[in-house]
Amino acid sequence: MSGQQTISIAGENALIVYFSDTPSEKTSREIAQTAKKVSTYLGANLIDLVPSYASLLVIFDPFKTDHHSVRRAIRTALKPTTKSTTSASQQTNSASRVTLPVYYSSESGPDLQLVADSAGLSQQEVIAIHQQTEYLVYAIGFAPGFAYLGEVDPRIATTRLATPRQQVPRGAVAIADRQTAVYPAQSPGGWNLIGLCPTLMFDPKSTPSMPIKVGDQVRFEAVDRATFIALGGELSLGNKLGDKP
Amino acid sequence: MSLNIIKPGIYSLLQDGGRYGYHSMGITSGGPLDRDAFRWANILCENPQESAAIEITVGGLIIESTIKTTLALTGADIPISINKQPVELWQSHAINPGDRIELGFARRGSRGYLAVKGGFKIEPIFKSIATVPREGLGGLNADGSPLKAGDILPCEPTTEQTSQWQLPEHLRPDYPQNSVRLRVVLGYQQDAFSDAQKQQFVNAQYRVSKNCDRMGYRLEGPEISPAIDGILSEGICLGAIQFPADGQPIILLNDRQTMGGYPKIGSLLSVDIGKLAQLSAGSQLRFEAISIDQAQSLLINHEKQFLNGPGKLIKTSN
Repeated sequence: MSGQQTISIAGENALIVYFSDTPSEKTSREIAQTAKKVSTYLGANLIDLVPSYASLLVIFDPFKTDHHSVRRAIRTALKPTTKSTTSASQQTNSASRVTLPVYYSSESGPDLQLVADSAGLSQQEVIAIHQQTEYLVYAIGFAPGFAYLGEVDPRIATTRLATPRQQVPRGAVAIADRQTAVYPAQSPGGWNLIGLCPTLMFDPKSTPSMPIKVGDQVRFEAVDRATFIALGGELSLGNKLGDKP
Repeated sequence: MSLNIIKPGIYSLLQDGGRYGYHSMGITSGGPLDRDAFRWANILCENPQESAAIEITVGGLIIESTIKTTLALTGADIPISINKQPVELWQSHAINPGDRIELGFARRGSRGYLAVKGGFKIEPIFKSIATVPREGLGGLNADGSPLKAGDILPCEPTTEQTSQWQLPEHLRPDYPQNSVRLRVVLGYQQDAFSDAQKQQFVNAQYRVSKNCDRMGYRLEGPEISPAIDGILSEGICLGAIQFPADGQPIILLNDRQTMGGYPKIGSLLSVDIGKLAQLSAGSQLRFEAISIDQAQSLLINHEKQFLNGPGKLIKTSN
C-alpha cells in the first residue's frame, strides 16, 4: 500500500482511516484488505467496522482496549506485506461476481425515458449501456442492504431528481450521477428509476441476508416481464413492507 | 405467561443492548438512548444489565400482567401506578396475575425504561431484539414494529420469593432540562472548521429543536458552516455531530444511518447521550471539548457504578 493513509479520531471509541481523496477499485481493495486484517488483529476488542468509498471506520470496545493500541493495530494492518498477500489471487479471494436480473421498461422504471432524454439516447441504448459495465460494490449503507455500485458510464450518468419520491419500491434499479443501486426495501429516494430487480437485496430471514458484499463485482442482465415475474418480481409499486410514508 | 399491551402510549419500543457487528451491511445499532436508566431497570429486576426492556417515550403505556413477577420503571419522571395505586420509580415492585400497570406522562425527562424480571422472551434478529422501525428489524415480531395494543410480550413467571430493590437517591440522575453541558471529542472533519468556528461551537448556547428522534437530535444555535459542504460518504459512529448546509448541528444517535456525507466536527461522549435523550424541545445546552484520553477515563470511571450494580441497591422487602 502507498502509505497515503491517515488515521483520525472519530469518537471516544472510534478511529477512521482515510485511504484516498477519490474512490477507485484499488482503494476499495485496500480498504477490504485492511478491514479483514484489523478484524483479525482486534478480535473481540472490535465492535464494528464501516468500510466506505475511501475510508474505514473502526469502532472498538473502550473497556478492553484504547485508541493507542487500536491505532497501532491499524498501522500494522496498513503496512505493505510480502508480494504474495497483495497478488491478484489474494485480492479476489473473498470477492464474488454476481449477476442481477433487471426488467428494464417505463412500466418498471418510471425515469427510464428521462435518463434517455437527458443522455440524448434511446431507451434501448440506455439499457444496453447500463448492462455493459461491471460495477464494484463501493459501500453498503443508507439502509440495510443498500449497495452503492460504481461507476456508471458517463453517457447515462443522471443527476438526482429535484424532488425525491416519497416511495421508491423495493427492487428499484436506480441511477444517481455515476452511481447505481437496487433499493433493498421500499423507502423515500431521489435516484432515477430505470427498472426493477426481482432478487431480494436484503432478506433478514435468509443466510446470507444479502446476495452481495462490499468489494464484489456486479453485472446487470436484462430479463423480460414474464421472466421478472417468474423470478418472484412484483410490479405493483405498493410492494411495501409496512414502513411509514 | 406474558405482559399484555393494553395501550402502547406515545411510542414504546422493545430494546436490548443493541445490534453490533452488522454495520457493513448497513444495519445500525439501535438500543436504549439512555443506557444508564435502561441498565438500572434491569439491575433492579435482578436481570443481566442488557436484557430486553421497554423504552417508553414520554409515556402513556398501559399493560396487564398474566403472571406473578417483578418489574421496575426508571428514567424520565413518568407517574406509574399498579391497580390505580401510585408507586415509585427507581425501585422494583411485585406484580400479581391480573395487575394493571399504568403510566402517565413525563413530568421531567423524555425516556422511561420498564424492565421485567427475567426479561422478555423474544426471538432476536441479527443477534438482537432492539427495535429499529426504519430498518424493519427487531421488536416482538422481528419486523421493527413499535409496540401496539394487543401485543403479548412473553415472559416467565417468578416461582420463588423475590426480593424488591431500590436505587439510592444519590445515584438517580435528575435530568436537568437546562444549562446542560455535553462533552465532545473533536475529530472527523474538525480541520474543515476554523479555530473561530470551533470556539463558537463550544461557547454557543444551543437549543433542542422539535426535529428530534432516535436517529438524531437537531439543535438550533449560531450558524456554523465548515469550509466543505460535503464529503465522500463515510462511517458514522454513535454521537457523531454533523453540520448540514444550514449550519445547524445534528447529533446522530442509536438509529442513525451507518454512512453519511455531511462534515462532522466530532462526537458526543456515550455517557452524555442519555442526558441529551432526556431533554425536550427548547432545552438549552452547551458543548465542552475534551481529549479522547479524558473521554476514555471518564467512561471507565462512569462504568464503575455498573460493575457492581446490584451491590448499590437497597433492599426494600424480601
